[in-house]
Amino acid sequence: MSGRARVLRWAIPLAVVPVLVLLAYGFRTDPRVIPSPLVGKPASPFALTTFDGKPISLESLRGQVVVVNFWASWCIPACYDEAPSLERAWQTYRDRGVVLVGVNIQDKEEPARRFLDRFKHTFPNAPDPSGRVSVDYGVYGVPETFFIDRQGRVRFKQVGAVTDEIVKRHVETLLAEPA
Amino acid sequence: MSRALAAVLLLIVALGAGSPLAAAPVSEEVVNEVAAQLRCVVCQSLSVADSPSETAHQMKAIVRERLAAGESPEQVKAYFVEKYGLWILLAPPRQGFNLLVWVVPFVGLAAGLVLVVVLTRRWSRRAASAPVVARPDAAMRERILREMAEREP
Amino acid sequence: MTPELGYALTVAALLLAVYGAGAAALSGSRHRPDLRRSSERAAIGVWLLITACMLLLVYAFLTFDFSVKYVASNTNRGTPFYYRITALWGALEGSIILWAWMLSLYTLIVVRRYRRAQPQLYPWTLAVMLGVSSFFLLVMTIPAPPFERLAPIPADGRGLNPLLEDSGMITHPVALYLGFTGFTVPFAFAMAALIVGRTGDEWITITRRWTIVAWYFLSLGLLIGGWWSYHVLGWGGYWAWDPVENAAFMPWLTATAFLHSAMIQERRRMLKLWNLTLIILTFSLTLFGTFLTRSGIIGSVHAFSQGSVGQFFLAFLALVVLGAFSMLAWRLDRLRGQSELDSIVSRESAFLLNNLFLVAAAFTVFFGTVFPLLSEAVKGVKVSVGAPFFNLVSIPIFLALIFLMGVGPLIAWRRASAENLRRNFLKPVLVGIGGAALCWALGVGNAIVLLCFALVLFVAATIALDFGRAARARRRTGDGWREATWGLALRQNRRYGGFVVHLGILVIALGVAGSQAWSTQHEATVNRGESLELGGYTIRFDGLQASEESNHFKVTGTFTVTDRRGPFTVLTPAKKFYPQEQTPIAAVDYRLGFIEDLYLVLGEFARDGSHATIKVQINRMVSWLWIGGLVLTLGAGQPTAA
Repeated sequence: MSGRARVLRWAIPLAVVPVLVLLAYGFRTDPRVIPSPLVGKPASPFALTTFDGKPISLESLRGQVVVVNFWASWCIPACYDEAPSLERAWQTYRDRGVVLVGVNIQDKEEPARRFLDRFKHTFPNAPDPSGRVSVDYGVYGVPETFFIDRQGRVRFKQVGAVTDEIVKRHVETLLAEPA
Repeated sequence: MSRALAAVLLLIVALGAGSPLAAAPVSEEVVNEVAAQLRCVVCQSLSVADSPSETAHQMKAIVRERLAAGESPEQVKAYFVEKYGLWILLAPPRQGFNLLVWVVPFVGLAAGLVLVVVLTRRWSRRAASAPVVARPDAAMRERILREMAEREP
Repeated sequence: MTPELGYALTVAALLLAVYGAGAAALSGSRHRPDLRRSSERAAIGVWLLITACMLLLVYAFLTFDFSVKYVASNTNRGTPFYYRITALWGALEGSIILWAWMLSLYTLIVVRRYRRAQPQLYPWTLAVMLGVSSFFLLVMTIPAPPFERLAPIPADGRGLNPLLEDSGMITHPVALYLGFTGFTVPFAFAMAALIVGRTGDEWITITRRWTIVAWYFLSLGLLIGGWWSYHVLGWGGYWAWDPVENAAFMPWLTATAFLHSAMIQERRRMLKLWNLTLIILTFSLTLFGTFLTRSGIIGSVHAFSQGSVGQFFLAFLALVVLGAFSMLAWRLDRLRGQSELDSIVSRESAFLLNNLFLVAAAFTVFFGTVFPLLSEAVKGVKVSVGAPFFNLVSIPIFLALIFLMGVGPLIAWRRASAENLRRNFLKPVLVGIGGAALCWALGVGNAIVLLCFALVLFVAATIALDFGRAARARRRTGDGWREATWGLALRQNRRYGGFVVHLGILVIALGVAGSQAWSTQHEATVNRGESLELGGYTIRFDGLQASEESNHFKVTGTFTVTDRRGPFTVLTPAKKFYPQEQTPIAAVDYRLGFIEDLYLVLGEFARDGSHATIKVQINRMVSWLWIGGLVLTLGAGQPTAA
């Protein structure tokens, strides 16, 4: 066998190495966490009616920091885990120019109301029966939370449950910015 | 007078029917075609057209709404890409880096075809220059018997 | 007690397998018959221990032993009896046990059949098989132990994934795994051949039957998976190009290529290097498949995943691929071709093209499956590669393969004369073109469907031609008509077995083409008493009924269906609400038919039963897939019996 062929034959096993490297890279990514293209862009307007019958729209909240949380009553355990944090955040920041809005998606009225009763949410919560708002925000799972600044731009998106820490960090950042 | 009125009314109707603000009824086929190119966000590999989930229903309704409002299929797809990102399309657009996935399989097939052609020519040249087998040996005899058995029951 | 006992059994099996692999390898290199016997006893021991593990786990399932975490995660007190047994392979840990058990069973068969017949290759084959078993036992010991203890012991378990409470789920993993693990045997023999240096045709002749059996079970597993998807998942489709479906399809493609190119090596002593490459690829792809399902790197409907299992699999995959190809590279000089081809127009060429297209298909599926990962690594952008891509690129390849199915079996070896071509192909080509023209005249407009029909008819005609000639020859020698035709079909003959398998594939191809081109669906909300019409059927909504089942709450809708001739059937699709599931599971109801299936999915409904949303599908020719599978079984049963 020629010298060149003797060396070239090792190209066969080496050829597989890039594939293996690519597969190994796969461990560093999570196929379910996808960066949102909406970050930095103006938030989509919405106009909904809360469970209490009152209207709420993004327009009317311009000038305040808005936190939009998408949830469902069947979303166990994440939505249940984050619910107390959300209520606490509302109590802490409602007088500082922050509005928390909960949007209930892919759910039925009764279980949704039971969820709200259980956690005694006092911030506005509205159902999105047609799913239009959830698609406008590129929501692909629950829970997802969007942090919108005073100029109406989406600044952060949290996929999965929020914690007190996460809410505090993002809200404080947005509050510190000039109006 | 009534004829002029009728003509004016007809004109108004004609104009109204042609305007993009008219809610033109959209065929389910077109809706399904667009929906088949969108990925259902909760079921991984199914399209919005196929998926039985609630989310897919809602997405399909939005597709129908937008098409009825006069948007083209491309515009509807662009709307979803704007909100979700490129991954919402069940197959990447044929541009930039994504062109690779569309092209590589065919290039691979073509390369393979070239290889097969090269090899068959090399092997047939080798056969042409190889010495003719003088007598059937045991292996060949056995094979001949086997082929005969297969040709006739 | 059970968790600890089970864990001890697992560790014992692992140690025994490692010992056995080492002893077998040593016996091969040093010709030590005593070590060989010792490794055989170790193989028996491994099988006994894994069987004991399985029985112990089944016992835990049947006695509601929720101290075992796996039992608690996959059943609850309401799970029906038979599903408590099949829950064994319902999730990750159990599926590994099933794989390991099948592997150990195959190892025993290898021991039994080859210990005297193949003194040179056998010790190394045994070593490789025990080595692979060791890996799976290692996975059972460290990252995915089935006998993990759960403390405190819960009062009730979580329950089986409701989608798995189905007959398809009982058989699909079993068939699939019998296929996957079956390829370990030819691979092991190939490795033995490389190690020992006997890189001739021996290993291929020995493993021919194994390959066919493994190939058959893999085909069966894929078809059952399609059937399960069709009648359980509620979308009316049988194949979604989901990454895990692809992962099982890729080894099938390369295995099919291997089946054919092995025939060339047997006949013409060609393609030795290529066959070794193919079996290494096939075996590696089976490992890649399990890696994909268990690593979570690509999201999928199937993914069990979690934990470090994925890393173990990737490490083993790397070891196998790099090791096997290195050995191939090492022995390259012995594999230099003496390949000769008399003419480009010959059966050899047809087989080469067959291999080209099959491997190209496997490569395409692989590239498409892995591309999202590549895109993210290189560009940081997540993309999806799904049905539109796979359908587009695979259709031309599969059409070409159908064509080759007709050409291959009839074209002459070495050199096909013009006479040979005319005799064998003129009539079938005419049949193909004529048939397509007829279909076009009958209203089939889709060009691809027409082409598919033309090719299928062409291939069917070649098969009929060959059958006819052989039957006529038998008649001439005195057999009756029935014996001449059926006798040929059922005869234990490799050639006609192959024909029947091809026939099965044709039927499946027709089913796929027909269902893609001609199925329709419609969705609407109907009030009670109102009807919905589609394709000649009138479906009337009669009402809803709620019922409490052993482990779920069910709402069933009743729909009376009439067609043009009168009452047709009553269908009862339902929605099942499982406490442990976040969303309800749809239970589809359907009426299967030869030409078309009527398929009903219940969607949203009003609590009082006043109205409901239903999706009606008329899926045409889907039954042909399952019929094709039966035909396949008939054909594959042939050569194995020989």
